[in-house]
Amino acid sequence: MSSVQAVADDPHRLGHRQDTRRAGPSKRIVVGYGFWIFLLSDIVMFSAFFATYAVLADRRAGGPGGSDLFDLRNVGIETACLLLSSFTCGVASIGALRRRDWFYGAMAATFILGAAFLALEIREFAGLVARGAGPTRSAFLSAFFTLVGLHGLHVTAGLLWLLTMMAQTLAKGYRTDILRRMLCFSLFWHALDIIWVALFTVVYLLGVRS
Amino acid sequence: MTEPTRMADDEEPGGTTADEAFDGAKITDGFTTYVVGLGLSALLTAISFFIVTTTLVWQPSIPVALVVLAIAQMGVHLVFFLHITSGPDNANNVMALAFGVLVVLLLIGGSLWIMSHLNHNMPAMDQMMRMQ
Repeated sequence: MSSVQAVADDPHRLGHRQDTRRAGPSKRIVVGYGFWIFLLSDIVMFSAFFATYAVLADRRAGGPGGSDLFDLRNVGIETACLLLSSFTCGVASIGALRRRDWFYGAMAATFILGAAFLALEIREFAGLVARGAGPTRSAFLSAFFTLVGLHGLHVTAGLLWLLTMMAQTLAKGYRTDILRRMLCFSLFWHALDIIWVALFTVVYLLGVRS
Repeated sequence: MTEPTRMADDEEPGGTTADEAFDGAKITDGFTTYVVGLGLSALLTAISFFIVTTTLVWQPSIPVALVVLAIAQMGVHLVFFLHITSGPDNANNVMALAFGVLVVLLLIGGSLWIMSHLNHNMPAMDQMMRMQ
């Protein structure tokens, strides 16, 4: 009764911020929100590179196009690696919260799959350059290498972050702040997979048809 | 002297306070969520790769189908992997996502629109050379 009376006297709880029953969202939700804002701004940056690629996709300067260059089997394996690594990353985030015996195995699997993706992409790039289809050949290839390479750089940064997270849990244990960092890492890794979905559709699958 | 401060250090970042609520089922709906997400994503990816190589489908429909499949797969990733849901804790995330999608659509759509008009209005390169 007394609390109802207090609310009636002071409906906006002015000057009672400390002892209100609703203490606001937990730090985990606030951190997740902030990192989500960063991820969206990263996606906006990617969209600028996608727009560049879409504008330049048919500017081949007499050079080879997507149907001559892209190997769909290679792209399929890359996609499978990244999708599976997204799954194992999810398993690792469960592991960090509840199943500690899963954590290192799932993180190691994520790293191996991510590294396999990166190796396949580097091999593809090296093959293209060796065939004379490097980024200097045409505007289409400049845009291709920029867009796909930017995603590859994100994956590289993600792999470094992954190793950092493993080292931090090893050295400091599953502390609350470490778990928040793990949340941010898993959001980052899943967002990379979302960008790859747009990338293999727009660049490779639509590219081989042109 | 050192003992209480060390305790305080451990308590702040290390101790799991009730406020943080790491053990709730709402954070991750568990292993099955990821399995379902993986299955749906694998299915959509397989359809995308199949549809490009097959001749069974009416060819002009393929680009539209690919875009629809990609958007569906992004939705699957958002819900099952990133846990962007309609829950009360997620209202801000969904609003930010909506704004992000708006900016992305404006950026890509606007760029393509403007550049196609510029291409349309610009004479071909050999004509430009002759004009000089």
